[in-house]
Amino acid sequence: MKLRVYLTFDEATVREPIIWKLAKEFDVVTNIRTAEVKDHMGLVGLEIDGDDAVVEAATQWLSDQGVTVAPIEQDVIEG
Amino acid sequence: MNIVRALKCRECGHEYEIQPTHVCEFCFGPLEVVYDYEKLDGYFTRELIESRPQNMWRYKELLPIDGEPSVGAQNGFTPLVRAKNLEKALGVSELYIKNDSVCYPTLSFKDRVVSVALSKAVEFGFKTVACASTGNLAGSVAANAAAAGLESYVFIPHDLEQGKVLGAGIFGTKIIGIKGKYDDVNRLCSEVAGKYGWAFVNVNVRPFYAEGSKSLGYEMMEQLGWKAPKHVVVPMASGSLCTKVHKSIKEFIKLGLIEDNGTAVYGAQATGCSPIAKSVKDGTDLIHPVIADTIAKSLAIGNPADGFYANRVINETGGWAEDVSDQEVIDAMKLLAETEGIFAETAGGVTLGCAKKMIESGKLPRDESIVLCITGNGLKTQEAVVDAIDKPRIIDANLKDFDELAAADGFDAAA
Repeated sequence: MKLRVYLTFDEATVREPIIWKLAKEFDVVTNIRTAEVKDHMGLVGLEIDGDDAVVEAATQWLSDQGVTVAPIEQDVIEG
Repeated sequence: MNIVRALKCRECGHEYEIQPTHVCEFCFGPLEVVYDYEKLDGYFTRELIESRPQNMWRYKELLPIDGEPSVGAQNGFTPLVRAKNLEKALGVSELYIKNDSVCYPTLSFKDRVVSVALSKAVEFGFKTVACASTGNLAGSVAANAAAAGLESYVFIPHDLEQGKVLGAGIFGTKIIGIKGKYDDVNRLCSEVAGKYGWAFVNVNVRPFYAEGSKSLGYEMMEQLGWKAPKHVVVPMASGSLCTKVHKSIKEFIKLGLIEDNGTAVYGAQATGCSPIAKSVKDGTDLIHPVIADTIAKSLAIGNPADGFYANRVINETGGWAEDVSDQEVIDAMKLLAETEGIFAETAGGVTLGCAKKMIESGKLPRDESIVLCITGNGLKTQEAVVDAIDKPRIIDANLKDFDELAAADGFDAAA
């Protein structure tokens, strides 16, 4: 599975090497496609490639680290 | 005349052929339809537009379809109301309501975007269309698909209120209720959109879908007598409507249909879901996702796809963004109903409530033209105001009882 997501980092996580840790923890290929980092938050467009179950576990791990993980479409549920 | 040139990435500028896709493969930026406007030189005139039927397709050259629409041919051209009573209540000199609460066929501005998305889906050869929605979008996709003979799927949170399920279910759509937290439901919808060969209106055909919003802006300018207002207030969910109203104004200026009036665009959100308004107030262009908690469900998008671009439009045009509490939303819904006879949904309360706040704070000048975009009908969100209206006074069926009541109201039966 090749998952395309936007990661939003808040003030607590923006300075952490979380994407490096992700690749250490899980057998996935990460590919940053866009990024913007400021003092209080960061936004990264990331491709995560690997076995389905591993990608699932990797995205859950990211959420557990306090990172907001959203599909690149962001919110698709509209009113 | 077809003047659509390509899909273009809003971030890196990479162009793609017209196809059902929405994200730049290089940088993940959103794709937008771009046009060769010079092809319309000397052709796309006020007279041509005025000679056409009064629906949103009178501006069809600026909408991304080939030829005639196959879905929603009657949609659009809602009233622009001069709001004299509301002007007095707010202390402003020139105020208009663009009233999409009566948009055909499902009483919200979503009928505009859906008719473009579905017409384009038919051109692409799709037989099945879909959306994920908690209200207006679901009803519009279901109704317009039914009328066009398309099969449709609507994805909803499993615990959505029965009334909103009915609003889509009546049209024979296939409704799928999904259990789980909002983020999980959202992600599943994105995955379904990527996996099945359907036209998911706000995913793989989103660039075309979003363009439909421009028709609201075109109508506003034509109905103002071929001019743009000085100020326009737009409710923000994804932020798309804000950017597209602005685009509509820029296009009309480029085509020589109006003078540049220096229109400022203002965004309105509910405090319980105000990531874009907060970014404007904080002076940043990064949008912090939030978990929505507001009665304005149709604006409850916590991680808005066009938030960055809406923020930019507001800043570039010299507008502002505001947010209002749920109580302020209810108060504004009542104010609009009692002054202008327009029953707007909660999003309309957000728009008016924010406008009122911005007038009081001086962000919106009192002596220049203002248009408020009202995007949905109050009959769909009755639960928000059911406790806020006066209860009927009950009397027995005899004239004496009514005479007493009328006298208390200051009416003299003998007169």
